[in-house]
Amino acid sequence: MTTTPTESPEAATPPPGSGPAAKTSTTATKVPQGHRRLLTRRDRLTLGLMAGLPTILHVALVWVTALASILLAFTTWDGIGFDSIKWVGLHNFTELFTNNPQFWPAVEHNIVWFVALILIPTPLGLFLAVQLDKNIRFSRVYQTAFFLPVVMSLAVIGFVWQLIYNPDTGLINSLIGANEPGHYIDWIGDPDLNLWAILIAASWRHTGYMMILYLAGLKGVDPSLREASALDGANEWQTFKNVIFPTLRPTNTVVLVVTIIEALRAFDLVFVFNKGAEGTELLSILVTNNIIGESSRIGYGSAIAVVLLVISLAVIIPYLIATFRKERRA
Amino acid sequence: MSTTVDTTAATAARKERTPVRPARIVLHVFLVCMALAWLGPLLWALYAAMRPYGETSEKGYVSWPDSLSFDNFTNAFTQSEMTHYFVNTLIIAVPAVLLTLFLSSMVAFYVSRFDFRINLFLLLVFTAGNLLPQQVIITPLYRLYLLIDLPGITMSGKLYDSALGLVLIHVAFQSGFCAFVLSNYMRSLPHELTEAALVDGASVWRLYWQIVLPLCKPAMAALATLLSIWIYNDFFWALVLISTGENMPITSALNNLSGQYFTDPNLVAAGALLTAIPTLIVYFALQRQFVSGLTLGANKG
Repeated sequence: MTTTPTESPEAATPPPGSGPAAKTSTTATKVPQGHRRLLTRRDRLTLGLMAGLPTILHVALVWVTALASILLAFTTWDGIGFDSIKWVGLHNFTELFTNNPQFWPAVEHNIVWFVALILIPTPLGLFLAVQLDKNIRFSRVYQTAFFLPVVMSLAVIGFVWQLIYNPDTGLINSLIGANEPGHYIDWIGDPDLNLWAILIAASWRHTGYMMILYLAGLKGVDPSLREASALDGANEWQTFKNVIFPTLRPTNTVVLVVTIIEALRAFDLVFVFNKGAEGTELLSILVTNNIIGESSRIGYGSAIAVVLLVISLAVIIPYLIATFRKERRA
Repeated sequence: MSTTVDTTAATAARKERTPVRPARIVLHVFLVCMALAWLGPLLWALYAAMRPYGETSEKGYVSWPDSLSFDNFTNAFTQSEMTHYFVNTLIIAVPAVLLTLFLSSMVAFYVSRFDFRINLFLLLVFTAGNLLPQQVIITPLYRLYLLIDLPGITMSGKLYDSALGLVLIHVAFQSGFCAFVLSNYMRSLPHELTEAALVDGASVWRLYWQIVLPLCKPAMAALATLLSIWIYNDFFWALVLISTGENMPITSALNNLSGQYFTDPNLVAAGALLTAIPTLIVYFALQRQFVSGLTLGANKG
């Protein structure tokens, strides 16, 4: 039954690139190897299953649901029975944009989240990475200290920082004597303060992440570049600015994309802190509130999810196109 | 023989870092301060967790301790039946990690070792899927999970509120990242390797299972470490897709418990630190794999 590849006539042709057969091959657009034509029917079936099953799972749970989000965004539905789904066109969106007091603050907070992460922990992480890349003693120990928060759950980080911000018993208020009634500084409850308080905790974690990404990037810098720069008499800052930093371009792209996505995904920390109450609304929190809160407004929640999806895809698609184009060339 | 090698290596190393310049000392002082500042919140949590509630409520938190003990840790552990929630997490994380690696390595094998036209598109679908914020898909997913009846298979009789449901979404979501990383890795393996085996009549399954997969061990180890920590740390999926407190994994259970039972910040601190211990152990034991896993995906970009 099983025909071995050597018996099939196709197998007799040499792999592409080593003979004229490669040029006549029209089925494959670019053929780096001849695997494809050596495959038996059974191999093809195996391959189909190997790629098919994971794809079905991924597409069904991630992409079909994303698509369903888009469709549901144009409906109202209380979630009880399919009969109650009603098409309402753009109604959810108009209500969201004009009539929801939480929506625009949430958008703003997501933007603030991104700007804060890119302005403070990212350069700090880069700075630490440059210092730790200098082949110094105890580098591992320092790295571990900065990286420890990245390993921990954001929910746990939320609990840890509450011990610092708590108005009564927290570290900051205890230190500055603001834990007496009447003198409270409510880091978690005050809408002018709480976003910044959370962002400090988020930055604490983000710095270590950025440091590791940059350290990996710096390891890839050709040492001869440094030598050449030193021979030319450049000082440390000049070397970094003119030689090292430009070579970190791929890392910078990754850092930018990671940071945008982290800003869009931000959720756990805020949820543990104050459930996204006044001052800390985020798009992710608004979506979730429609599911775990009492009100089950599925169409409306989906409309917010669609806003999040559109922003995400605006970042993801260009990034992936650039990445894959590079890979194809490589 | 070996001693000479050692000494030369040592002198070489010393030569590179010896001159104790003032700049180096300043750098070390700076780094020590920064490192302490970074560990500060965790050390503070540890300090709070080691003090009895009575003492801190009387003397305040910023005070010299009368006594330090691990009582809060044992109390948090027993009061909240943490073992139960750790087991819940294991039930979710172990199959999820193994299944993610298995499925994503198959996809990676398919897209990286063959030249089907769909490959690039397939890889794009997986990679992009992993980059989406979870909230984009949660509403329909939640509804879907409520719709799927699994009587007798899960405790709840549905996909909702079951460990199986969490395993599935973790696998679906994380396989995007792993497929991307593994396909890059597999592409770097020489083609002659599988070519020869294929010509000799090996099936594609054998190529995958006996040739490619064993060569991917370093990448798989790195991803396994990373996935274990990510899935262990998951808060969001469990929060939305699990409704019964009993079925929750440890991180979301802690959130539940701290609201319901704990009124004592020291006890919450102890609980939070206990929750973090397994990830810290994994990290310290497999530090190198973890870091290389993170950068496997990033370097390519």
